[in-house]
Amino acid sequence: MTAEHSHLPVEGEVRIGVYVCHCGSNIAGVVDVPEVTRWAAENLRDQGVVVARDYKFMCSSPGQELVTDDIKNLGLNRIVVAACSPHLHENTFRTATARGGLNPYLCELVSIREQDSWVTTDKAAATAKAKAILAGGVERVRRNEPLVPVTVDINPATLVVGGGIAGISATLELADAGFKVYLVEKEPSIGGHMAQFDKTFPTLDCAACILTPKMVTAGTHPNVELLTWSEVEKVEGFVGNFTVTVRKKARYVDEDACNGCGVCQEKCPKKVLDEVFEAGLGYRKAIYTPFDQAVPRTPVLDRPNCTYFERGTCKACEIFCESDAIDFTQEDKILTLQVGNIILATGYDLFDARRMQQYGYGRLPNVFTSLEFERLSNSAGPTNGHIVLRDGVTEPKSVAIVHCVGSRDKNYNSYCSAICCMQSLKFAHLVREHTEATIYEFYIDMRTAGKGYDEFYQRILEEGGIFVRGKPAEITDVARTPEEEGKLILQVEDTLVGQQRRFPVDMVILSSGLEPRADAKELAVRFGISCSFDGWAIEKHPKLDPVATMTEGVFVAGCVSGPKDIPASVAQGAAAAARVLGRIQQKQMNLEPIKATVHAEHCSGCRICNTMCPYNAISFDDVKGVSSINAAMCQGCGTCVAACPAGAISGSGFSDEQVLAQIEGLLRIGASGAPLERTAYPVTRHEAIEEAVRA
Amino acid sequence: MSAQAPVAPALAQGAASAATFEPVIIGFTCNWCSYRAADLAGTARTKYPPNVRLIRLMCSGRLDPTFVLKAYAEGADAVLVTGCHPGECHYIEQNYKALRRFQLLQRTIEALGIEPARLQLVWASAAEGVRLASEIARVTEEVRALGPLNWPAGNIVDIDSVNLDAAWEATGGDAGGPPAMPDGVDPEHEAEVAQ
Repeated sequence: MTAEHSHLPVEGEVRIGVYVCHCGSNIAGVVDVPEVTRWAAENLRDQGVVVARDYKFMCSSPGQELVTDDIKNLGLNRIVVAACSPHLHENTFRTATARGGLNPYLCELVSIREQDSWVTTDKAAATAKAKAILAGGVERVRRNEPLVPVTVDINPATLVVGGGIAGISATLELADAGFKVYLVEKEPSIGGHMAQFDKTFPTLDCAACILTPKMVTAGTHPNVELLTWSEVEKVEGFVGNFTVTVRKKARYVDEDACNGCGVCQEKCPKKVLDEVFEAGLGYRKAIYTPFDQAVPRTPVLDRPNCTYFERGTCKACEIFCESDAIDFTQEDKILTLQVGNIILATGYDLFDARRMQQYGYGRLPNVFTSLEFERLSNSAGPTNGHIVLRDGVTEPKSVAIVHCVGSRDKNYNSYCSAICCMQSLKFAHLVREHTEATIYEFYIDMRTAGKGYDEFYQRILEEGGIFVRGKPAEITDVARTPEEEGKLILQVEDTLVGQQRRFPVDMVILSSGLEPRADAKELAVRFGISCSFDGWAIEKHPKLDPVATMTEGVFVAGCVSGPKDIPASVAQGAAAAARVLGRIQQKQMNLEPIKATVHAEHCSGCRICNTMCPYNAISFDDVKGVSSINAAMCQGCGTCVAACPAGAISGSGFSDEQVLAQIEGLLRIGASGAPLERTAYPVTRHEAIEEAVRA
Repeated sequence: MSAQAPVAPALAQGAASAATFEPVIIGFTCNWCSYRAADLAGTARTKYPPNVRLIRLMCSGRLDPTFVLKAYAEGADAVLVTGCHPGECHYIEQNYKALRRFQLLQRTIEALGIEPARLQLVWASAAEGVRLASEIARVTEEVRALGPLNWPAGNIVDIDSVNLDAAWEATGGDAGGPPAMPDGVDPEHEAEVAQ
């Protein structure tokens, strides 16, 4: 994609080379590739096709060489490759075209795999469709113009959204490499879900011991600007040059003055149920840091619960604060950040177990969620690690752990949450460590794929515990026998025994699945990425590009794109950072030159296009009486091109001429493969009259 | 006026029964959602009728109504417009503009005598490969049931073969407007034109 190629004139005779890929048997197994090639050579000669070849794998080096050699030897000036989706190999063939000395945008890749051979069983119909798709590509490429990519500078600063383990991992990689990172976290402290855990599977590492050093490093790193209790409100711009608006919510504590001594929390008279960090099991003050190792140490004053804000008196925190850090007049701050790349690591929400009413969570006191149990078993938690029933004192004599709550269930989420089997095994171990209780695990299938995971499963089996294969139908406190009195009874079909069984226990832990954040869809819109129907962010490629998105400059890491365990989240954070570092090192990058341009001589100044642009890229020149488009602001959607009644706006890469020609090509043959018979429609008449008028 | 010639080759409407008729449908897709959905349908080997042929645009907002009319003119039996779900547009709100154009266009084609079912709109996110495939199958079946998009041959005038001035003069030139299109074919006139 060098500039010298870009300016090669394409004038005179159009000489098109057509290359049809077998893709092993992926295409050739359904589409008669030699026939398509023969047909193109014979029937598209008038369109300028001078050579048509088929090859086993066009994307291989010899395949690409066919293209570069033919450009040089046969004087080709247009290339059409019929193979896979342009989202996979467009760049491959454009690069090959450029190597042959042509402008890369004179190459067209049409998809006869994803759109044809993979979705069609009828071989004759698939072959006919492949011909039509190819003809569409040939007609289109005739109208392709040599384009020059737009080069933009890459701002070396990066925004990381979400301060869980994935976001921290990404932040530290970037900061250690010497680049500025803004880490935005909506909670008062970074740490994410991992900070709530006591132990991590399968090694049983103490979560705080491995996480908090990283939190501290992120909090003190000279290249990291930590923005906690903050949220991203708006994202503008494009890769290399994003302008991000962040709302830094009022803490009512001066961060520079506060030394994190904690006396304000100690003296605050107001206790508030902590629904977030303690999962509703413990209390915090109205001015608080969520946990002792919080980063930053600066507390947050919870305005709706503050006595001073409620009644106008108290100010205990202010009175006792020796560094005069309490500031009741503080207001939200709006910050504007300039960054080149964005990494989204916003994590997950826990499935709300209340939705499965048959399990009684919220109604039966001794039914706990997995996050509640994490806090219960945490030595820094509300019970100091004592596993007790909801009354706060009684140790359970029997504990049931229910897998797949809200996961692998068509009524809720059909996907597997990936972490719950291992998490449930960890719970079994923790219960055994802290109590004498009998443990029951109710599972559908045990899924312990991962390094050391199945070994952990074997270890838990050996520790003892009763594994029942079956998903409980109901958890109830209605006893049928004297032994069931005062217990929670799990009604379950034991599928290994083939029987309905009832298990009376003292405590039930629901291993709730992971769900996308409640605001996942708004987040996707704000950052211009796609998400699945569930709400998980969609990767650029699920296997080959798992941390990139379809939007240049926006990357994803951790559970934002689907359930993941800690090792995978950390790896993704580092991977996303590596992708960003690659961009930063390039300093500049080429953007697709898909832009709209107003041809002033045709513009009547009607200003219809002005209202079409959501990026305000179109402005009206009052003096000249014409509209013009700011190329840097234009995102290339083409809506103004379609809207202009005078046809005065052209869209490079997707011009009217290209699309209309592609339609002609696609409709060259019918479903059977025979030429499509055209009927003269009034449209044609209308066009002809226009033609006549113009003449 | 003598200018009428059913020169357009009429499709054998009777012969193509609904059971055997294979419509050709042009589908416009958005680069960010529905094109990716089509890719996903492919990757997942989701089968759908081969009757639809897709064109990639950057956004459904790029859809110029002319593209749709051009597709009909070139022999498509129907046009499928696809884009991101409302509120999920990659370009913030351009799919709403596509929606407005779609609604106007559907009224226009109806006025032209084309069944509204021959122009359909489907929202499909990048994750909805299966949905896109099933919607394509549905549209294909509906169009198959409608039969070929056949303009009645009797009304067709191939404008390229008509001398507009002569036609105008044939009306006496003062009839207060351009010649009205006749209802049926007059065998005599047809013979004249053929010569």
